[in-house]
Amino acid sequence: MTLALQIAQLVAGLEKSVPGSVTESGGNIIVVKPESLFKVLSDLKTNKEWDFNYLSFMTAVDYQTYFEVVYDLISLEHNQEVLVKTRLTDREKPVLPSVISLWKGADFQEREIFDLFGINFTGHPNMKRIFLWDGFQGYPLRKDFKQS
Amino acid sequence: MTLRTETFILNAGPQHPSTHGVFRMRFTLDGEVIQDVEPVFGYLHRGIEKLAEGLTYSQDIVFTDRLDYLASMTNNQAYVLAVEKLAGIQVPERAEYLRVIMAELMRISSHLMAVGFLLNDIGAFLTPLLYMYREREKILDLYDMVCGQRLTYNYMRIGGVSQDIPEEFVPALKRFIDSLPRFIKEYEQLLETNEIVLIRTKNVGTLSKESAINYSAAGPVLRASGIKWDIRKADPYSVYSRFKFEIPTGIKGDVYDRYRVRIEEMHQSIAIIKQAMEQIPQGEIQTKVSRVLKPAKGEAYGRIEGPKGELGFYLVSDGGTNPYRLHVRPPSLINLTALRELLIGVKIADAMAIFGSIDICVGEVDR
Repeated sequence: MTLALQIAQLVAGLEKSVPGSVTESGGNIIVVKPESLFKVLSDLKTNKEWDFNYLSFMTAVDYQTYFEVVYDLISLEHNQEVLVKTRLTDREKPVLPSVISLWKGADFQEREIFDLFGINFTGHPNMKRIFLWDGFQGYPLRKDFKQS
Repeated sequence: MTLRTETFILNAGPQHPSTHGVFRMRFTLDGEVIQDVEPVFGYLHRGIEKLAEGLTYSQDIVFTDRLDYLASMTNNQAYVLAVEKLAGIQVPERAEYLRVIMAELMRISSHLMAVGFLLNDIGAFLTPLLYMYREREKILDLYDMVCGQRLTYNYMRIGGVSQDIPEEFVPALKRFIDSLPRFIKEYEQLLETNEIVLIRTKNVGTLSKESAINYSAAGPVLRASGIKWDIRKADPYSVYSRFKFEIPTGIKGDVYDRYRVRIEEMHQSIAIIKQAMEQIPQGEIQTKVSRVLKPAKGEAYGRIEGPKGELGFYLVSDGGTNPYRLHVRPPSLINLTALRELLIGVKIADAMAIFGSIDICVGEVDR
């Protein structure tokens, strides 16, 4: 994006609205605790100072000791971008709140993450596999998935 | 006496002439009116994101060709851009200009197909589409000259392009670019004075500004709803900051506006290609990059304005020879999210017009 993000300012602002939520920051990336993720995202969207009204994409990465879920937010008004990440250590039942109530564009992407990583999004109206069939065993994009 | 009525389930696809590939929609109908629609994906899921983890960075370029196979060049471009960002590779100027020329030709070709298939879907069976194919054919001939391929190019490489343009390319490109505006005008005359086309596209499938943003719509779908947003201007990559061009937008966000935006964008692409041909310098087309690339540990996201919207590659490197994770931001899939809202309450006959105006490629939806 053409305008560089003032990350320190953003982190300070979030500290005020959602205290203790940001654990790491740098460049245009912030890492937040999973329990405060929804509050942070909703603050980034609704706070007119940031106005991150557009969810560019969301995805997940399996780092083996934890899953990282990435949200790429854009402010069409200010032409700025921020990557919000959160880390889930539970491999058995990883759960995150769905962000459909903020951005409906998350619908298929959350289903895709569920399909390929097995991360459940609570509050999603149709949480089922999107590409693979219903009887499929395992989650292929996990690093411990055994390919036959 | 009250009549007992019940809803009716209609299945369209996966083998259906209007679904642009193996895509399926499950309609719930009340008479002729759509009550609900559920898109069903996965018939072309090849697991490209998983396969990419098993191959080296340069081997993965061939997979990108097979995402949106009507716009392989721009897929190449988005991927190599992400890799270059990840590994910190500079691209020679001439290669950047060649990439811009190829990408804009691809945009014209993809928009021709989008418009052609849309008309096909609304009942102008095959005739207008063949007009579009005529022009697309010339673009494919140009690509054939450059890299010997007509569909899956594998032309853009990490750090440049695979080969320089041959002698006969520039005159052929000039001929094509000079003739194209006349042909576009011809389509406009044939179609925009046609009352059936106007009735079937105007005020049909209207997507409001707020909804377009909320649904993460991108590309022509977003712009047709009146949002001036183009990655080429918002986050200029390659050498796009050196060209003068406009961002065409629509007003209502209906099927007609989406069609109009695509036609206007073709004109803008012609303008960009003309400027690029004037400015293109002589010189290298490829920087020295080791055959087996090992980018440092880290991540990068490279985005471009593809013909169908924001196309991006999110790459994570663990320092090895293969990407640790490769994620595609698929404009086709994300643009489809708005489909349900667009279709509910609409007559079934308009479903295909609305669906066609979104312009998807199933290779990219399912990956």
